[in-house]
Amino acid sequence: MAGGSWEYAPAPEARDIVTIRREYGLFLAGEFVPPAAGESFTTLNPASEEPLAQVAAAGAADVDRAVTAARDAFERTWGQLPGRERAKYLYRIARAIAERAREFAVLESLDNGKPIKESRDVDVPLAAAHFFYHAGWADKLEYAGYGPGPRPIGVAGQVIPWNFPLLMAAWKLAPALATGNTCVLKPAETTPLTALLLAEVIAEAGLPPGTVNVITGDGSTGAELVRHPGVAKIAFTGSTEVGKQIQAAIAGTGKRLTLELGGKAANVVFDDAPLDQAVEGIVNGIFFNQGHVCCAGSRLLIQESVADTVLSRLKRRLATLRLGDPLDKNTDIGAINSREQLDKITGLVAAGEAEGAQRWSPPCQLPAKGFWFPPTVFTGVSQSHRIAREEIFGPVLSVLTFRTPEEAVAKANNTPYGLSAGVWTEKGSRILWMAQRLRAGVIWANTYNRFDPASPFGGYTESGFGREGGRAGLAAYLDA
Amino acid sequence: MPDRARPTPTPRGRTKGPDVRPPVPDGTRVDVRKTYKLFIGGAFPRSESGRSYPATGPDGTVLAHAARASRKDARDAVVAARKAVPGWSGATAYNRGQVLYRVAELLEGRAAQFTAECVQGEGVSWAGAERTVTAAIDRWVWYAGWPDKVAQVAGSANPVAGPYFNFSVPEPTGVVAVVAPAAPSLLGLVSVLAPVIATGNAAVVVASEAAPLPAVTLAEVLATSDVPPGVVNILTGYTAELAPVLAAHMDVNAIDLTGVAAGGRAELERLAARNVKRVFAADGDWEAPPGTARMLAFLEIKTVWHPIGI
Repeated sequence: MAGGSWEYAPAPEARDIVTIRREYGLFLAGEFVPPAAGESFTTLNPASEEPLAQVAAAGAADVDRAVTAARDAFERTWGQLPGRERAKYLYRIARAIAERAREFAVLESLDNGKPIKESRDVDVPLAAAHFFYHAGWADKLEYAGYGPGPRPIGVAGQVIPWNFPLLMAAWKLAPALATGNTCVLKPAETTPLTALLLAEVIAEAGLPPGTVNVITGDGSTGAELVRHPGVAKIAFTGSTEVGKQIQAAIAGTGKRLTLELGGKAANVVFDDAPLDQAVEGIVNGIFFNQGHVCCAGSRLLIQESVADTVLSRLKRRLATLRLGDPLDKNTDIGAINSREQLDKITGLVAAGEAEGAQRWSPPCQLPAKGFWFPPTVFTGVSQSHRIAREEIFGPVLSVLTFRTPEEAVAKANNTPYGLSAGVWTEKGSRILWMAQRLRAGVIWANTYNRFDPASPFGGYTESGFGREGGRAGLAAYLDA
Repeated sequence: MPDRARPTPTPRGRTKGPDVRPPVPDGTRVDVRKTYKLFIGGAFPRSESGRSYPATGPDGTVLAHAARASRKDARDAVVAARKAVPGWSGATAYNRGQVLYRVAELLEGRAAQFTAECVQGEGVSWAGAERTVTAAIDRWVWYAGWPDKVAQVAGSANPVAGPYFNFSVPEPTGVVAVVAPAAPSLLGLVSVLAPVIATGNAAVVVASEAAPLPAVTLAEVLATSDVPPGVVNILTGYTAELAPVLAAHMDVNAIDLTGVAAGGRAELERLAARNVKRVFAADGDWEAPPGTARMLAFLEIKTVWHPIGI
């Protein structure tokens, strides 16, 4: 924005609410212990590249200890508890997350790079809500429609991504625990800290040791967990590439599997849409969490007659977005989570230019240190461009146009993915017409990137299988 | 040339069941034999490979030469199934239920023929075959009632914290490959096929390799009962040759490996991971109530956030 007199003053959230330890061990059988091989890795603040902590790298022996502890808890303690007692533990966790919300939010923004307003208003409250919702299921499972006396599966190995570290931990742990399973959770290498704080909360809540174990490490730790014969159920959220590897790796083992993988969602704007609202939705669809969202509305499909209007309003709006310090309460766009991810985004954006699409970004000062990428819009995109086909997982929007609803459907569905889609129109019948035809697990109409523990989430085709949330989500953890 | 045992069960040693041979003394009329072919896109082609294999009874008697489908036939079947998906999944649930009920009506009329084929192919008694055939017809009737109910059982209205009507509905997964169990040849086939199409999917079925003939006769029923072409495609041939093609096929959305022996499933599951196929396999007592698992395995839950406002 021009006009210096209207510049915002910095409004950073206080960082001292959270104490980051210099070193973190693994959370095994109810306590923090050093890894067997003594190896560790550094987790960075992606906004400054400053090291935050040394975190234990779990090896095969640690994975085995974790699974054994979880198996033990499944057979002796947690697995034997009546649902009403499991429920009370989960309610405790939900309340504790809410009590320590500020701490979780600051820690999440520090370790992940996402704006504090998002971690504060989305990640942390939704994580608490997820435990609260599932707590209530624990003693009502016989009414869930999965037959009489539905049983848990056993030890769940859960591997989660770095884009919503705490929220994904909640999405995995809450339904697994409510249904009576025990868990070994593997947070992402670049964002282990909130899962470890959650482990602390779980320990304080008094869950039997071994009910939840948190093992930190890189992809090799996750692979060990997936391979471990004591794990009866795998739940993975992450890239389609790794999801396929996991599905292939457990072939023939009889392990149960749910996968929540990548996406390349279409966000479809019709000419009768409330355009200002749609522009906000487009921004929220692709620039929320720096575009590190599997269900991000990364392909914008605008009806041709309003394409110019929408694009000019979108560009005007993007010029007002504030990129910078994730802890600043006025920040809209935070840091890219890692150098590796920044390289991937940079590479795909270069491919977009090389293939002939037109790149645009608002005037935007990037901080000197840390990993940053400006909000970027590509126009003149064709369906065969890599930026229209591949998941970029960054703040990069590809814009296409359409003339008829049928064309919008054909273009929207022209992807191996099928996680989500958006529809913008004032016409209710058209919303439902589109919703019937879009091949995706979640359809947002006149909104985008909205989540709720009661609302099942998950994909079609190569976006994975299984649902998280709602009654449907319980199936992933029940032997029905 | 002496008449080999054809689809006419020998009455020797049997006390119950009709003799389906025409009441004509031997030698006065030569019976008309059937060519058992594939069923792809509503048509009955031979294998494009020109191959066949002997379908025999348990005693080695050759009953017929069934088509031995090739990899190309399997791919053609997937194309036909994909083409059928929009129409079948887009039909009203009421319509799908009626079409499936019509299939049951025609099955009933062919009960004796199916029983005879099962007796010959599996070496079971007439009474035993008759029991599985009637169970298969009853199962088809059971599934015919599901299309307009499964969304009510598997769907939900979700009370979200915001001004949205949020609901979840099950939708068909798409093209489902099915490896039918070896036996009971008709009941096993019906048990794995009916849930796939009742839920609006299109199926590519690999019939029982050992007893393929009832599957071809079922195809004849489907072809004359308003099931749109391509909704069911039936391949006869070698499971080991066909199953990997379907498991690896990028335009197949899900696969049911029930008819593959447990030891053979791992490699197929690995191939299925190429495009994140939904994989299902369940062994069990075919005469027990089937439950909803086979339907739910081939449904996707779609959740819609519809705005509420004035």
